[in-house]
Amino acid sequence: MELYELTVHQLVNLLDKGEINPREIVDSFLNRIQAVESKVKAFLTLDEDRAREEANQACRQAGGLLRGIPYGLKDLFCTRGMRTTCASRMLEDFVPPYDATVVNRLSQAGGVLVGKLNMDEFAMGSSTEHSAFFATHNPWDLQRVPGGSSGGSAAAVAAGEVPFSLGSDTGGSIRQPASFCGVVGLRPTYGRVSRWGVVAFASSLDQVGVLSKDVRDSALVMNLIAGYDPLDSTSVNLEVPDYTVFLDKGIKGMKIAYPREHFGPGIQEDVKETVSEALKWFEENGAVVEEVSLPHSEYALPAYYLVATAEASTNLARFDGVRFGLRDEGAENIIELFSQSRANGFGAEVKRRIMLGTYALSSGYYDAYYLKALKVRRLIWEDFQKVFGDYDLIVSPTTPTTAFKLGEKLGDPLTEYMTDILTVPVNMAGLPGISIPCGFAGGLPVGMQIIGKAFAEGTILQAAHAFEQGKGLRNQKPPLGVN
Amino acid sequence: MSSDYEVVVGLEVHAELKTESKIFCGCSTAFGAEPNTQVCPICAGFPGMLPVLNRQVVELAIRTGLALNCEIADYCKFDRKNYFYPDLPKAYQNSQYDLPICKQGYLEIDADGHRKKVRINRAHMEEDAGKLVHQGSITTSAYTLVDLNRSGVPLLEIVSEPDLRSPGEARAYMEKLRAILLFTGVSDGKMEEGSLRCDANVSVRPRGEKALGTRAEIKNLNSFRALEKAIEYEAGRQIAALEDGEKLVQETRTWDEEKQVTRSMRSKEEANDYRYFPDPDLPPLRISREWVEEVRASLPEMPDQAQQRLVSDYGLPEYDAGLLTLTPDHLNFFDQAVALCQDAKAVSNWMMGDMTRLLNQNNMEISACRFTPAQLARMLQLIAAGTISGKMAKSIFEEMFDSGEDPERIIKEKGMAQISNEDELGKIIEEIIQAHPGVVQDYHSGKEKAFGFFVGQVMKATRGQANPAIVNRLLKERLNREGA
Amino acid sequence: MALSLAEVEHVALLARLTLSENEKELFAQQLGAILEYVDKLKELPTDDIEPLSHILPIYNVFREDHCRPSPPREETMANAPLVEDGQYRVPRII
Repeated sequence: MELYELTVHQLVNLLDKGEINPREIVDSFLNRIQAVESKVKAFLTLDEDRAREEANQACRQAGGLLRGIPYGLKDLFCTRGMRTTCASRMLEDFVPPYDATVVNRLSQAGGVLVGKLNMDEFAMGSSTEHSAFFATHNPWDLQRVPGGSSGGSAAAVAAGEVPFSLGSDTGGSIRQPASFCGVVGLRPTYGRVSRWGVVAFASSLDQVGVLSKDVRDSALVMNLIAGYDPLDSTSVNLEVPDYTVFLDKGIKGMKIAYPREHFGPGIQEDVKETVSEALKWFEENGAVVEEVSLPHSEYALPAYYLVATAEASTNLARFDGVRFGLRDEGAENIIELFSQSRANGFGAEVKRRIMLGTYALSSGYYDAYYLKALKVRRLIWEDFQKVFGDYDLIVSPTTPTTAFKLGEKLGDPLTEYMTDILTVPVNMAGLPGISIPCGFAGGLPVGMQIIGKAFAEGTILQAAHAFEQGKGLRNQKPPLGVN
Repeated sequence: MSSDYEVVVGLEVHAELKTESKIFCGCSTAFGAEPNTQVCPICAGFPGMLPVLNRQVVELAIRTGLALNCEIADYCKFDRKNYFYPDLPKAYQNSQYDLPICKQGYLEIDADGHRKKVRINRAHMEEDAGKLVHQGSITTSAYTLVDLNRSGVPLLEIVSEPDLRSPGEARAYMEKLRAILLFTGVSDGKMEEGSLRCDANVSVRPRGEKALGTRAEIKNLNSFRALEKAIEYEAGRQIAALEDGEKLVQETRTWDEEKQVTRSMRSKEEANDYRYFPDPDLPPLRISREWVEEVRASLPEMPDQAQQRLVSDYGLPEYDAGLLTLTPDHLNFFDQAVALCQDAKAVSNWMMGDMTRLLNQNNMEISACRFTPAQLARMLQLIAAGTISGKMAKSIFEEMFDSGEDPERIIKEKGMAQISNEDELGKIIEEIIQAHPGVVQDYHSGKEKAFGFFVGQVMKATRGQANPAIVNRLLKERLNREGA
Repeated sequence: MALSLAEVEHVALLARLTLSENEKELFAQQLGAILEYVDKLKELPTDDIEPLSHILPIYNVFREDHCRPSPPREETMANAPLVEDGQYRVPRII
């Protein structure tokens, strides 16, 4: 096996035993990137020299769990001295003078940043086709999307370009691409991981998470990035457990619920079957599996598109051409400066959402739209509270379909929004959720979503790991037509 | 102003809170730094940045609310107030919309000869924007420069009810409010530095009418004087317009200090829709009653209390006591001087008279005064002891103000000690009487002026340093001894 | 139902986005469709429901009033498109 085919924990093992050195690891991944990147197109910025230099340093110094282990970052995470574009023309040349908190933590652990990964512009989208620069291709079928908005993060892991990456999840942007690309994607509880230095899309919904080849890696990286950050007022001051401790506890006696609304008519049949098979596995292996209802499920998506776009419309207002970002040089007065710079800098999907969000907050509409959505949000949150009163976990398909074709959903915004229908309720309730590979449908990966109580990432990882080990579905490699 | 109408004024005041660091980041709030040197990615609204609330801002807001007799909310939050302007880095201002930290308070003013309670609707926390410096002119191409040092400085916005009825009342309100802000240590209250800003909402209505007229919001008031003048002008403008049959429109107007008029700022753009909503980045505040009581217990003496103390302890007139409690610096100076010389009336007179005059002439704050309360106290003791006359004291005081020297030193150096030695004075009087027998005659024949003549001569001979009371007595004795 | 052009222009002005005529028409139609979809929320009676604006039950998150040195001006202004005399330069404000 090539080094790039291994997981983080396998690499750590080899490093600990002294069988490999950090430089060899980085070289293997950089070579892999050279081989497949022209097909996958996951990276917006690649810095091989810096990676090699950091790997060399890691060879010289001891310490750090991730010493020499490379990773990628969704280009939403600010990196000091390295271009951070958010896949937008608005920030095409923006070089932040600071690192996001999570970047600091990975760096301190010895992680080697290889580059910045493609995404939907400002995290708005479900396909990565809304990147201002180019689309990323799903390693399982290069004609299909990797999902979004963390499409580059998922594709890079699936293609073996990096062993893990960080993404962000506001309405499903980690879980949905993980599902489409056959990798593990964990979105933690809101407040579990610091958002400082992560460009904001929707402040009450955004959360930083991990994409990896298997569940153990997810636990390892969570150990490094989770935890209170005094720079983020919404990060919770709660102790971070060692998530790896949960991994081998098994699922005997666990009470698992599956919401009937998430197995309804809008879901692709073979996706439903694959996830139902997974539920059977849980039952056969000692878990109690029962059907429940999340009665307000169908209202989660419309409420989400009001809350998220309203917050986004104000979070993106700072892009005005004055202190950073694209500027319309020809503007003759201040209104032109703002309006032209933003018109030139933002793509269509971003503009659409800014317009929608502005409308939802505007005078005369605030009550009917934004305020109404916040009330519905409470109803959704209460639905989950009720179920979690009796159950440990909730399981559903991650997405209604497997990966769709590039260009397929670009005509009508609403059809693309619908792909988030199963993931969005989790964000609205601020809960943690993972997507793990649970099989294939028509040759394409199917993801199973496991949702937990607030701050119960350990329980999620416990069940996910048991399933992964039991079904042998970890670390699968797409053919990619290379080798 | 036509007595058929009354003017109705409400004031919106912004006070910069005296914290070391900004409201959401650790940048300094110090005034006068080089542009953009007290700025970080947080207060410059960079991508990915998040706010963390400065606890001292809340503490100072509670303190102010208590000093203004407000209810302190037990739950409040920050909202985003959205609009685009180059001095607003996030394109939204963090403020408090529907749940302000303080509500329903009041303060008392003395104006136009009466004491009056002015109600305060609310006080809330918010952040300041940066500063714009306009360049160029109509002829050269105009542009603007942005300095973000001030962006993120914490403010308290204090909104009064429209209870004020004259420019005098408005000024009294501002003076009392500033005094309260100074006494509580909450703000510097300097209008010329921008740490205290005031916008006036002015409307007029026929006397007896309950409904409020259409109001204009007046901005760009940079001094208490400008406030008074602007209210005067605007009330007149509105009344004239109404009497002409014009309909007034609710608008924002700016005070033109040069031309002493208000001008409309109505732009072609429609009014701002601020789209307020609760800021998800800032968790709400729960203000415990324990915290409120802690703050209440730590409140220093307030201006009104101090004023009452001066009246009851020293028998000073309310008006005088009011002036002495305009700022904590004034009160401290007074209290310290009185503690040393026990003559409150004298201290009061000198402070309100010559001291105020000299400070104003020299554009100085009392804190810059070169002499100390102790030195003033000693000067007053010297007057009381007769070592110097009241008249001498005036020039000694001026010298003390200029140099900060001890009064004793000045007296010595200038040879200004009052002559009270009776032998010495007796000799001089004797000489003068001998030299003017004719005037002695005049005195004895009843001419009052003659006495004054002799006093004048004694003063001349002693270069004004003779103790007048002693001179009068000795002169009378001598003259009466002479004649018969 | 599509939004009117006037409504689209009003929102675009609030959001400071210059839109082409084509964009205005497209957004009028697309936003209209999305708003129709979200109107679904009207089906739910929510008069007695408290809005959920802060998802976490946390309050009073503070920092102490300590001053720390600001980063060097050149560093913070390195990404600025137009600077003069250490300040950001913008065209005239109407």
